[in-house]
This record gives sequence, structure tokens and C-alpha cells, in this order.
Amino acid sequence: MADTALPLEAGAKVNRPSLLKRIILHNLPAKIAALPMMVTVLVVFVGCTLWTIYYSFTNSKLLPTGKFVGIEQYERLFATSRWNVSVTNLITYGVLSLIFTLVVGFILAVLIDQKIRFESAFRTIMLYPFALSFIVTGLVWQWIINPTLGLQGTMRNLGWENFTFDWIANPRMVLYALLIAGLWQGTGFCMVLMLAGLRGVDEEIWKAARIDGIPTWRTYVSIVVPMMRGVMVTAVVIIGSGIVRLYDLVVALTNGGPGISSEVPAKYVYNYMFSGGNIGQGLAAATMMLLSVIIILIPWAYLEFGGKGRRT
Amino acid sequence: MSQISTMAGVTPAPTGAAVEPRGPRPKPFFTPRKIIIYSILVMFSLYYLFPLYVMFTTSLKTMPEIRFGNIFSLPTAPSFDAWVKAWTSACTGLTCEGLAPGFWNSVKITIPSTIISIFIAAVNGYALINWRFKGSEIFFAILIFGSFIPYQVFLYPLVMITREMGIFGSLQAVIIVHTVFGMPILTLLFRNYFASLPQELFKAARVDGAGFWRIFFEIMLPMSLPIFVVALILQVTGIWNDFLFGVVFAGTQNYPMTVQLNNIVNSAQGTPEYNVNMAATVLTGLVPLAVYFVSGKWFVRGVAAGAVKG
Repeated sequence: MADTALPLEAGAKVNRPSLLKRIILHNLPAKIAALPMMVTVLVVFVGCTLWTIYYSFTNSKLLPTGKFVGIEQYERLFATSRWNVSVTNLITYGVLSLIFTLVVGFILAVLIDQKIRFESAFRTIMLYPFALSFIVTGLVWQWIINPTLGLQGTMRNLGWENFTFDWIANPRMVLYALLIAGLWQGTGFCMVLMLAGLRGVDEEIWKAARIDGIPTWRTYVSIVVPMMRGVMVTAVVIIGSGIVRLYDLVVALTNGGPGISSEVPAKYVYNYMFSGGNIGQGLAAATMMLLSVIIILIPWAYLEFGGKGRRT
Repeated sequence: MSQISTMAGVTPAPTGAAVEPRGPRPKPFFTPRKIIIYSILVMFSLYYLFPLYVMFTTSLKTMPEIRFGNIFSLPTAPSFDAWVKAWTSACTGLTCEGLAPGFWNSVKITIPSTIISIFIAAVNGYALINWRFKGSEIFFAILIFGSFIPYQVFLYPLVMITREMGIFGSLQAVIIVHTVFGMPILTLLFRNYFASLPQELFKAARVDGAGFWRIFFEIMLPMSLPIFVVALILQVTGIWNDFLFGVVFAGTQNYPMTVQLNNIVNSAQGTPEYNVNMAATVLTGLVPLAVYFVSGKWFVRGVAAGAVKG
């Protein structure tokens, strides 16, 4: 950067052209080339976000033309049982999914890191679901846990008359069905991240720990995991922002059912905007999703960029 | 095992008490520790492989065989009838043309979206590293932060924008949306990659009087093949697997394969044909699976590069 920008700016100090000229003309081709990015940032990432937040305070129904009604949409939102169920579901699913993804991903990475044979075969098997879409994931698991002809039916036909695996039809268990499918798709990716983190730990650390007679599990818990802080934080942020977006998987696996027992916020937003004809309500729900992501992101941004210049 | 072979190579097997064995003690293969490790790994592998197995076997069975109810069994007389039906005549709610139109829609969406998004991101990354201007880093920071915002926040305003442009419900709209939302991660990839290239090359070209585009096309692009492969894998699988943008922006006649698949399985009337459903699912998964198996460790590099540097 400095190489191209500095000489020009130094010259500008001597022979100061007008501010406007400097802003526009300096590195002009680069600015033209970066125009799509600037438009995207300003129009989509800033503009659309502000638009959504603003119109979430209006009573827009079929068209976003309503008048300002303050927090009325939010009051209605939190008085709607479907929204509250969605939020509770997302929190339950999110916490369990985050914990299991991290734990399973870490354990698999540790096992694979034990200088085993067929390492790449195991890795390939564990990561391939990640290449598949949530729709495919959801539909396969929908078939596997189909109560009459799937796993339950098979086991009953084989003689286990009382075998029960009806999670998809059971409002109390349906979230765990989502969890099984979600973990199937995503744990391999977490494993890859963790493995990269493990491989980044200096071999010397292991030698030192061995000489000191520290048991292996203790070395992992007290030395290696703290050293993998960066990877852990990245994994949490990526898994977390994926969880908030949870939508396709629910549409494919349960479509929110039975009843409303597996609804999630992203689906609530979609339904109110595009089939419920209540845009204000959908926008308020979307703004709440935005808020939840900001709550996740701020601690991360603080950790990551707080000590300025440490990492880019 | 490898230790044994290298030892054998070094000392051509003179057995005798006088010769001290060298190297680490060869470990027996079946230590209890190893057995535990492998059994856990194999158990997990079964969990990961089971759906793939079920998908394929079910799609090759006939409906009577499926109704007999053994999800584990291999098809007695494998037939591709369900595949043919899924491809040509399965009903997706309104029409009964199978998945083929959806497949071609997905192709029509994926190819231009991939090319455009990668090109724009490469230029962005290049400008951000070599041609910084006032505010360029701020734009980049917002771009990266924006990538974490749930898409639902942008959906309605984008519907309005594309409607204003007169392209809502068309392939162009989906392509633009994919380009927009692919930009953060791809720009990050290219920015980090260009930052790792030696800056002397760029400086030398500058001194020789080459301009923005000339340096980009003649120096930067030829050196960035690896990152293009990574970006390509990321985008092809990502865009092919997309559901939300397809269903919102493409319009009924342009629905991509994932949307058509979901319609075949979840909004079909009458008795569900599980073999056709699974055949359709396999067909939709084939493209990303092919990308995954062909690209091998590039795929891993792609997902890791996208993530670890973030």
C-alpha cells in the first residue's frame, strides 16, 4: 500500500490539489475497479440493513409503505407463540449443536492426529457430507427416520417390536432429529479446522510435555487447547453464524412440524414476508436476528481486533 | 510399519546378539490404544456413510421392496427406473417434468454466478492490496462484517431493488444476489493471497509503467491459479447447494435443482415414492459430490482457507 500511496500523498502536501480531486483522482482505475464492491457495501450491506431496521418500525402489510408505529411490531412479535417457539428452538438447537460440533470435531481431529493409517480415507468420509446441501441432508435423514419404513420400521420388522425412533413425528424430540442431521453435515468441517489447529502446535511442546511426564489428555486440555484459541474462536463464529441462519435444513427435514414444534426464526421471517403478507412483522423478526448476530460478533471482534495490529 | 521397512533397508537383516537393534522399537499393530482409536473412528465413519448407503440402495429398489421395510438391505434387483422417473417425470408440485429442468436452471445459475463473482472478487482483492485508496479498508471491513449478517435481513430490500430493476424472478436476479453474497469470502481469499505474493513484482511492473489492468491480467492472474481453484470449488458447491436465493429470486420457471428437489419430496401429492425421492436426492447431490471427490485436498484447502484466515 504505502509504496503506491505515499509518494503521491507526499507530493500532495507540497502542491496540495483540492480535496475533492484527491479523493476522486487518486488511484482512479482502482476505484473504478472496486466500484462493484463499493456499491455492494453501500447498497446491500449498509443500505438494506438500515432499510430493514427502519421499516421494522412501520405497520407495513403487503407493501412496505406503512406508517411509523414505534415498537408495535416487536411487541406483537414477542406476543406470538410461533416466534417464541422459534427462538426457544433456535437457542436449544444452537447450544447443543455448538457444543456437539466442537466436541465431536475436536475428538475426531485428535483421533485422526494419532498417526493412524488410512488417515485420508477417514477424512474424506467425515467431510463429504459438508459438500452436500442442507436440502439433500434434510431429505436423506427424513427418509432414514421415517417412522414406518425407515430405521424404526426396519428394526420392528427385524423383531425388536418396541424399538422406537419416531423423533420426526414427536414434537418433543423433533429438534434432536434436526440435530442429528445438522451434526452429520457439519462436524466434518469442524474436524478439518481443529486438525489444522492441532497440526499447527509445535512438536517441541509435545516433547517438553512428555519429558515432564504430563499425561496425554492433560497436555491436550491444559496446553494444546489453549494454544488453539484462534482456531476455536473461528470455529465458534462460523458455526454460530451458520446456526442463526438455520433454514434449509428445517424446510427439508420437518418444514417446521409437527405443528410448529420445529419452527426457527429464519423460517418465520420468510413466511411473514413472502406468504403471510405482513412485511413489518417479517422485518422486525429479521432485525431481531441481526441483533442476535451482533451480540455474537461483538465479543469476537473485540477479542480478534481489540489488540490492534496483532492479526490481520 | 514404515519404521520396520526403513530398518530393514538400513541393516540387511544380520540376526545376532552382537548387533544392537537401531531405531525406535517397532510397535505391534494391535495395541489396545490403537484398537480403541480405530473402533471409534470406524463407528463415526458408519454414521457418516450410512445416509449415503441408504440413499443409493433405496433409489435402486422398487416400491414393493421398500414397503417390505428393510432400510439396510441391498436391492434384490437393482433398477434405475426410479432415477429415470426422477429425472424426467417426477412431479414438482405444478408440473411433472422431473428434475431435468431444475438441473439446467442450476447450471445456468451456477456458471455465470461463479465466473462473475470470482472475477469481481479477484479485482477487489488486487485493488485492496496493491492500490489502496482512502476508505478501501473500511469498505473491506464492512464487507467482512456483512458476511455474518443473516440473509433474511437483506431479503426484502433486495426483492424491491431487483423488482425496480425489472429483473425480479429471473436468472439475472439470482446471479446478482449470488455475486453479492459471494463477495465477502472471495474478496478475503484473494486479498490474503495477493498479500502473500512478493510485492517486488508489482513494484517492478509499476516502474516499467504498467497500469492497473495490465498488471492484473499479465502478472497477478497467471500467478494466482491455486487460489482460483479454491474459489471455484467454494463457489460451485456453494451456489449449487443454495436454496434460499433460488426460491426467492429465481421465479417459478427458473427454480434451481435444490428447490425442485424439495418440491418433489415435500409437496408431492398421493403416495410418496421413496425410491424416486431418493433418486432425485442422489441426483441433486451428485454435482457437489463429484466436485468434492475430484478436488480432494483442494476442497479441504478451500474450506479451511475460507475459514481459518477469517
